Amino acid sequence: MELTQQILQYLLSGLSTGAIYALIGFGFAIIYNATSIINFAQGEFVMLGGMLSYFFSSVLKLPLPAAVVAAVLAATAGGVVFERLAIRPLKNATPLSLVIITIGGSILIRGLAMLAWGKDTHALPPFSGSEPIEVAGATILPQNLWIFGITVVIIVVNKLFFNYSITGKAMRACASNRRAAGLVGIDVRRMVLFSFVISSAMGSMAGIIIAPLTMTAYDVGIMLGLKGFCAAIIGGLSSGFGTVLGGLLLGVLESLGAGLISSGYKDAIAFIILLLILFIRPQGLFRKAETERV
Amino acid sequence: MKRAFVHFLILAVLVLIAPFLFKGGYLMNVLVFVGINTMLAVALNLLLGFAGQISLGHAAFFGLGAYSSGIMTATFGINPWPAMVFSAVAVMVLAFAVGFPILKLKGHYLAMATLGMGIIVYIVFNEAVALTGGPSGLSGIPSLALGKLVFDNDVKNFYLIWAFTLTTVLLSLNLVNSRVGRALRAIHDSEVAARVMGVNARLLKVQIFALSAFISAIAGSLYAHTMAFVSPASFGFNFSVELVTMVIIGGLGSIYGSLLGAALLTFLPEMLRAFQDYDIVIYGLILILMTMFMPGGLVRGIPAMIGSLRVRRGKEGEERA
Repeated sequence: MELTQQILQYLLSGLSTGAIYALIGFGFAIIYNATSIINFAQGEFVMLGGMLSYFFSSVLKLPLPAAVVAAVLAATAGGVVFERLAIRPLKNATPLSLVIITIGGSILIRGLAMLAWGKDTHALPPFSGSEPIEVAGATILPQNLWIFGITVVIIVVNKLFFNYSITGKAMRACASNRRAAGLVGIDVRRMVLFSFVISSAMGSMAGIIIAPLTMTAYDVGIMLGLKGFCAAIIGGLSSGFGTVLGGLLLGVLESLGAGLISSGYKDAIAFIILLLILFIRPQGLFRKAETERV
Repeated sequence: MKRAFVHFLILAVLVLIAPFLFKGGYLMNVLVFVGINTMLAVALNLLLGFAGQISLGHAAFFGLGAYSSGIMTATFGINPWPAMVFSAVAVMVLAFAVGFPILKLKGHYLAMATLGMGIIVYIVFNEAVALTGGPSGLSGIPSLALGKLVFDNDVKNFYLIWAFTLTTVLLSLNLVNSRVGRALRAIHDSEVAARVMGVNARLLKVQIFALSAFISAIAGSLYAHTMAFVSPASFGFNFSVELVTMVIIGGLGSIYGSLLGAALLTFLPEMLRAFQDYDIVIYGLILILMTMFMPGGLVRGIPAMIGSLRVRRGKEGEERA
C-alpha cells in the first residue's frame, strides 16, 4: 500500500475513534457546565452502554435495535440514580471531594459490572454486516459509517436542543450563572439532573456504537473516559464544536502516531500532544484567554 | 511546639514496639506498605493540601524511583545506596524541569496535565521492554544492607522503612510550620495575594513539586528493594488516584491525616479480601460514603464524632440529674 493510501486509512479510522472521544467529551462538558464537577464516572456509562447492549442482545436475545434502546435507557437510569444518591445530597462539598466521589462511583459501577458480567471481553455484532467498503484505495467498515452518522445526528440534536428548546436554554442559563438562573425561576437542581441524563445517554450511545469494533469489557471505561476528558479539555470544556474538534484531532493524531511511529506508544502519543497543547494554550485550543477575578 | 513533639514521640514509640505486639508475620508485611504509602501520601499532601496544587500522576515519580533503583542494582550491579540517591536526585531534577510548564496550569487543566504525564510514564514502563522488562516486570532486585545487616525479612524491612517514614513526617512537619509552609498556604488561599506579599509563587510551587517527587522516588526505591520485583501495574493511573484518595480521606493539609489515610486505604483491601469479588464494590462504596460524611477527612472527622458522642452523653447525664 502506498503511503498516501496508508495515511488516508489512518485518517478514516482516526476520525471514527475521534467521533467517539468527542461524544464522551460532550458528556464531560455538559455535566461540568451544569455543576462544575468533572465526572470521572463518565467512562463507566460508556462501558455500561456496550455491556448492557451485549447483555440485552446476546443473553436476553432481544433484536439489536431493541437491545440498543434498552441499553441506553438502562444506562441513563444508572446516571439518574448516581446523581440522586451521590451528587444531589452534597451541598457544600469542595471540588476535590466531588472528584473523589465520582471516582468512588466509577469504581463502584465497574465493580458491579464485573460481578454481573464477569471479567471476559464480549463482542457486539456490527449493526449492518462487516463487508469492507473501498474509499479511494482505503477501506472502511460499515460500522465506521454508523459511528459517523450517529455522532453527527447526536451533535446536531444536541445543538438544536441547547439553542432552541426552553429546557436547553435553561440549562445554558444555569451554566453561565446558577444563582441568577435560580432567581429567574429555573429549577437548577432539575437542570443538574437533566445534565446527568443527557451525558449518560450520550456516553452509553458512544459505548454501543464502538463496541462492535473494539469489543467491550467491564474495564473499558477507564481509558475511553480519559480520552473523552482529553477531548473536552482540548475543546476548553465547552459543549460546542471545540470538543468535537478536540475529539477528532485526538483520534486522528493517535491513529497516525500508532500507524507511522509505534502502536505500543499510541496512547502516549495522544497524551504528549495533550501536554503540548496545554503548555502552549493553557485554556484549551478553542477558548479565549480569561482574566481571573481575584 | 512542645505538643507537636509529644505527638511525634508517641508515633515513634508505637512504631518501635509494633513488631513486638504483632509478633512478625503477615501484618508486618502490611505495615511495611503502610509506611511506604505514608511517605507517598505525605509527599503528595505537601503539594495538594498545602500548596493546593493537584497531581493525578504522582505514581509516576514513585515508579521512576523504583525502576531507576531496580535497573541500576539488578541489571548493572550498582550498590543500592548510591543508586537510591542518584534516582531520587534524577527524579527531582526531572520534576523540576516539567514542573515549570505544568504548574502554570490551574484546576482541571493541571489535573489533566499531571494525569497525562503519569500515563506517559506508565506506558514507557510497559513498552521499553529492553530496560524495564515490559509488562512482566523486572525481578532480582537485591535487598538493602548496612554492613552485615541485610534487610531481608518483614521485621527488618519494617524498621528500615519506618525510619524513612518517620524522617519524612518529621521533616514535613518542620517544613509546614516554617516560613515556607506559611508561604505555601498563602498560595493555596490566593496565588495573587501571595505574590503581592512577596512570595515567588511560581518558583515555590515548582520547588515543592520537586521535593514531593524526591520523597516519592525514595519511597519507590525502598519499595523496589523490599519487594525485589517491580512491574508497571503498581504505578498506573489507579495508584495515582489512590494516593490522592489517601490524602483527602486522611485530611487535606494534615501530615498525620496522611498517615491515617494511608493506613486506612492500605488495610482496607486486606480486610475486604474476605468478600472476594465484592471487595471492589465495597471499596467504592466506602470511598463515596466517607467523602460524603467526613468531608474534612479522618483527622477532623473522628474528633468531631467523638465530640458529638460526648455531647449526647452529657445531655443524658443532665436529664438523669
